[in-house]
Amino acid sequence: MEKREYQWAWLMVLPVVLVVAFSAIMPLMTVVNYSVQDIFGPDSRFFVGTEWFKEVLRDPQLHGALIRQIIFSAAVLLIQIPLGIGLALCLPKKGPWVSVSLVLLALPLLVPWNVVGTIWQVFARPDVGLAGVFLNSIGLDYNYTGDSVDAWVTVLVMDVWHWTSLVILLCYAGLQAIPDAFYQAARIDGASRWAVFRYIELPKLKGVLLIAILLRFIFSFRIYAEPFVLTGGGPGNATTFLSQRLTTMAVGQFDLGPAAAFSLVYFLIILLFSYVFYLTILNMDREG
Amino acid sequence: MARIELNHLAHQYAPGGDYALQPMQHVWEDGGAYALLGPSGCGKTTLLNIISGLLQPSEGRVMFGERDVTTLPPEQRNIGQVFQFPVIYDTMSVFDNLAFPLRNRKLGEDYVERRVTHIAGMLGLEDVLKRRANNLTADAKQKISLGRGLVREDVAAVLFDEPLTVIDPHLKWQLRRKLREVHEQLNLTLVYVTHDQTEALTFADKVVVMLAGQVLQVGTPQALFERPEHTFVGYFIGSPGMNFLDCQVDGSHAVVDGERIPVDPAMAEAARTAGGLLQLGIRPGLIRPAGADEPGLTVKVDKVEDLGDYELVTGHLGQHQIHVRLEQSEKIGSDGLRVVFPTENALLYADDKLVG
Repeated sequence: MEKREYQWAWLMVLPVVLVVAFSAIMPLMTVVNYSVQDIFGPDSRFFVGTEWFKEVLRDPQLHGALIRQIIFSAAVLLIQIPLGIGLALCLPKKGPWVSVSLVLLALPLLVPWNVVGTIWQVFARPDVGLAGVFLNSIGLDYNYTGDSVDAWVTVLVMDVWHWTSLVILLCYAGLQAIPDAFYQAARIDGASRWAVFRYIELPKLKGVLLIAILLRFIFSFRIYAEPFVLTGGGPGNATTFLSQRLTTMAVGQFDLGPAAAFSLVYFLIILLFSYVFYLTILNMDREG
Repeated sequence: MARIELNHLAHQYAPGGDYALQPMQHVWEDGGAYALLGPSGCGKTTLLNIISGLLQPSEGRVMFGERDVTTLPPEQRNIGQVFQFPVIYDTMSVFDNLAFPLRNRKLGEDYVERRVTHIAGMLGLEDVLKRRANNLTADAKQKISLGRGLVREDVAAVLFDEPLTVIDPHLKWQLRRKLREVHEQLNLTLVYVTHDQTEALTFADKVVVMLAGQVLQVGTPQALFERPEHTFVGYFIGSPGMNFLDCQVDGSHAVVDGERIPVDPAMAEAARTAGGLLQLGIRPGLIRPAGADEPGLTVKVDKVEDLGDYELVTGHLGQHQIHVRLEQSEKIGSDGLRVVFPTENALLYADDKLVG
């Protein structure tokens, strides 16, 4: 009897298994397949073993892209997480302004990613863009197409504009879930504003912060459309991140083998970082 | 330590709206244990929040001893509060939790150590001082909340807002006994909000019964039981509550559906003067079975429930439903249960208020 029930259960999950197989496992296996072969055409292919992996891991262009990518993601997290928490704390807790601010905050998240790039490309242009012209008029020599620091700053500011809202909204939801009694107890205990944040709000936000950090890390680590539209990876390679380098390799140069090997390494890096974040935050609860 | 005085206190949440608290005038003595008892929405938590300073009353004043604290915020009132569910600082150890109110007031670490150890000993928390507060059981967490109130020597009163709600039943009485012990040792003024009469009656020296923003009666558990001043108090306290039978008064008798029941003559006189809707009230446990040749009233029995050490009879006296607590069931005859309402236990109410 029990056995039959189990067989039914397997049958029930079959549709999901099929969908996942088509959408995730099969494409992934294709990539694995490419990564160990040198492919010239449909009928001419050679098994090369770990050759592509070795080549990819030694490629200085990829090293550069990886380092830039890590710096970019670190900067994104260091700016957006504290900023998001801070702004969430400033939002009204009740009243008509709540919905107004939530809608305003959600707006950047609704804009398609390549449109974000286009908006900032125009906005930051030193000749006609509002921000670019303004910065030059106050004496700064700003030109994101020519200066790599300017390009970096522009890409970062654009990402902050685009994504901090997500962190704010998550933190705001987390803050709203804290019962009033905690704040009342803290008042009675004579806690300072900082102590309330440190000992009540921050510990209670741990769950949403885990989500926020994971999402922001993953999104920023695979960022493509915005810098591609804004700077095209330039000037030089200054803002060429991993995904753009990968696209150049796979679609531009048609090096399918190395590109597949690189994709797998890329995927494993994201998986590894996410797992480390996950464990770190989970363990914060267990100490002591 | 302080006595709490509520001077013409009243509260409306919105100006011109309904009173959440009707105007009241009360003095709660220093070192007393008071319970605020009433059904949900009767205003007991509002009153508690006004005393703790989380809410400012729209009218009247709150005095702690000689000090007017009406406009003072909670942190300046020297009170402790224990909430419905445990409020602890998750990331801190039990020691740090207890030390928190003292450290916030910038007291020396030697003193903090001494105080925390003392209070932890009193509450039985000394073994877990180094543990993370987050990993403890609900009743230990409630003790920590209580400890954070007690740890300050200047604390004038500790307020409890239904603190046993999330505690397992078999631990409730332990925690309640701990509260009594603490009360006896420290001689603090305690105010305890609950809708559970057992909690209120076992905890408090004086119980404040509230209904719809009004204080109906302040009295000892015994007074509330024996002489409820309002029909609601009689009905709400006791299990089951007091019997109330509509009646008229004739001489020194209450007449219920034609049956003449002798009552205290002075009370009967007062009831006639008061007028309005008259009711005869008597506790189910204070009705006694009639002796063999004693004149009595016949209660038609509908149902007998065996509740262990006593039996609860539900029946009718004329048109009125009535509960009687019996020691033994043999006294129920074939035509019903013959009972006597002892004169000293039969009370008269006019428009829900006790007369005489």
